[in-house]
Amino acid sequence: MAGQEQQQPQPRDTEVEEEVPVPPAPAEGQASASTQGVDDLLDEIDGVLESNAEEFVRAFVQKGGQ
Amino acid sequence: MTAAPEPVLGGGLPAGGAMRVMGSETEYGIHAPAAPGANATMMSARVVQAYAQVTRLRAAGGAETRWDYTDEEPLHDARGWTLERGQAHPSQLTDQPPVLDAEAVALAYGHEELELDGEDESGSLLMNMVLGNGARLYVDHAHPEYSSPEVTNPAAAVAWDAAGDLVGLAAVRRLASDTELPAVNLYKNNTDNKSVSYGSHENYLMPRSVPFGDIVRGLTPFFVSRQIICGSGRVGMGQDSSRSGYQISQRADFFEAEVGLETTIRRPIINTRDEPHATADKYRRLHVIIGDANLSQVSNYLKFGTTAMVLSLIEAGLAPRIEVHEPVAALQAISHDTTLTAQVRLLDGRRVTALDLQWMYHEAAAKLAQDTGVSDAVDGDGHTHAVLERWATTLTQLDSDRSAAATSVEWLAKLSILEGYRQRDGLQWNDARLGLVDLQWSDLRPEKGLYYRLLSRNRMQRIVDDADIAAAVTEPPSDTRAYFRGRCVSSFSKDVVGASWDSVIFDVPGYGRLQRVPTREPLRGTKALTGGLFAKHREAGSFLAELLGSAPAPPPA
Repeated sequence: MAGQEQQQPQPRDTEVEEEVPVPPAPAEGQASASTQGVDDLLDEIDGVLESNAEEFVRAFVQKGGQ
Repeated sequence: MTAAPEPVLGGGLPAGGAMRVMGSETEYGIHAPAAPGANATMMSARVVQAYAQVTRLRAAGGAETRWDYTDEEPLHDARGWTLERGQAHPSQLTDQPPVLDAEAVALAYGHEELELDGEDESGSLLMNMVLGNGARLYVDHAHPEYSSPEVTNPAAAVAWDAAGDLVGLAAVRRLASDTELPAVNLYKNNTDNKSVSYGSHENYLMPRSVPFGDIVRGLTPFFVSRQIICGSGRVGMGQDSSRSGYQISQRADFFEAEVGLETTIRRPIINTRDEPHATADKYRRLHVIIGDANLSQVSNYLKFGTTAMVLSLIEAGLAPRIEVHEPVAALQAISHDTTLTAQVRLLDGRRVTALDLQWMYHEAAAKLAQDTGVSDAVDGDGHTHAVLERWATTLTQLDSDRSAAATSVEWLAKLSILEGYRQRDGLQWNDARLGLVDLQWSDLRPEKGLYYRLLSRNRMQRIVDDADIAAAVTEPPSDTRAYFRGRCVSSFSKDVVGASWDSVIFDVPGYGRLQRVPTREPLRGTKALTGGLFAKHREAGSFLAELLGSAPAPPPA
C-alpha cells in the first residue's frame, strides 16, 4: 500500500478552496440551517449549478436498474 | 479446487439492539454531459477500469480481483422455492458474469482504441473488482455499483458507504483526466425522473429460524414510514414525473407490490431474494430494496440503525402488532405529503401518521433494548443508545422544529434549498432549475454536489469524521470477514485470483491447484483472529500454509 496517500481522492477542503470561496463556518461548528445565510448559500449554488438547466436535466437519461 | 477449513471462530454480537452484520449497495447514476448518448454499460465499465488504475498506482502490483460467482443464487426465494431460469427477467440473472467484448466496445464508442489496461486475459473489460477495503465495485446492468464490506453497526455502515462515494469520486477524477474520451459524472440518486429507477440496497444478516411471514408483518409498516427520516427527496411526482411537486422519497413511486423476488420490475416493499452469502441453514440475508441512497450521514445512520433494531424486535417476537391497509398506496401517500400530516389506515381501524408509526416502533425498540441491556449508556453495546437518542431527536424535530431537522434529514435539507429558490426567484415546481438542484444535490464531486456544499458550510451534521471515511476507502472493517477478504486483496493481490462475499481463491505457486478459502461465517476472519497472520506473512504461500494448517509442496527452485 506504499504511496497510497498520494492517490487518495483529493481532500474536499482543497477542492473547495480552488473552486469556490468558502465563508467562515459557524463559531461552534454546530450544524445550522438558520435562514440567515440562505441567500448567501443560494448565491454560492448559483455559481456551481450546471449551465442550461433545461438541457442538462433532459439529457440525464438512465437505463433501468434494481 | 480444495475446500479449506474455515478461519478461526468468532463471537456473536449483542442481541436486542442496533448491532448486526449489515452492508450497503449503491448503484450510481452515470452521465457524460459531453456524450449524452454514450452506452451506459460501457461508461460503467470505464468507471471500474479507472478505479483499477487508481488502485494500481496506490499499490504496485494491482489490487483488483475477479468476482467468484459460485455462491450467487439470485432466483432463490425466501418463501421456499426457486424461480425457473426461463421464467426470470434477464436482469434477475445476476449469477453470471456480464460479457463486454471488443465488439460491444466498438459499438459503444465507434473505435477500439480503448486502453487495454483494464482488460483481463480473456480480452474483455474489467467489470468487477474486489477492493482492499473488502467492498465490491462492479458493473450492474447499466450502472456502476459499490457494495460495501460487511460491518457490524450503523456508524460503520455510514463510513464504508460514504467510502464508496470517494471511490466513485476517485474514478470520476481519473476519467476527467482522460483527454480521449468524455468525462463521466456519478450521482448518488435513484431516478432519472423520466421513468427509470435504480437501487440502493441494504443487507442485514438474520437467523434463518425467524419465519419470513414475521419479517413481512413486522417490517412493512416500518418501511412504509421510515422515509420521513431517510428519504432523499425528489422533485417530481409519479414514475415519469408527469405531475410537478416535491416528495419525500426518491423510490416510493416505483414500488408496486408488497412482497416479491423482483428488484427491477414490479418492485416489492419486501424483497424475497434469498442468497445468504453465508451458512445457509443458519442465516438469511435480508435484502432491502426500498431505501433511497443517502448522502446525509444522519439519514443513512438512522436508516441502518433503526432497521437493525426493528429486525431485533421481529426476532424477539416483539414488533408492534400493526398492519397498514394497502401498504403500497400508504407508502406513496406518505411520500407525497411533506407536511407529515397524511394519515394512513391500519387494519384495526385507527388512522395514524408516519410519525405515529415511527414512534410506535421507537417505543417498542427502546423497551427491548432496555430489557436486554444493550442500550445502557455505560454498559450497553456502544451503539444502540446513540441510535435511540438520535431517532427520538429526529422524530421530535420533524414534528416541531423542521429547520433543526433540515441539518440531518436529507429530504428536508434538499427542500430547504429548493424553497430558497422558489422564494427568491418565484420558481414553480416544474421549473428546470429545481430539477437541476435535485439532480446536482447528489453529484459526487464536492465542488459541484450541493450536499457537499451544505456539508462544507456545516449545514449538515456528521456522524463520522472525514478522516475515518477516507481511511475506509482503503481499510476493511476490523470485525467481520471483510477484514480477511480486504487484507488478502491488498496483501496478496498477485496470488488472489477471485473473491466473493463468502470465499477468497488463491493461486499460489507450489500448491498445484486453486485454493478456495470459504468465509461463510460473517463474524470470522476478523482482525482479532487473523491480523496476526497477515502481520507475520509477506508471502501468500506461507500465509496459506499456516491458515490451512498444512505445509504446501516446496515451490520449484
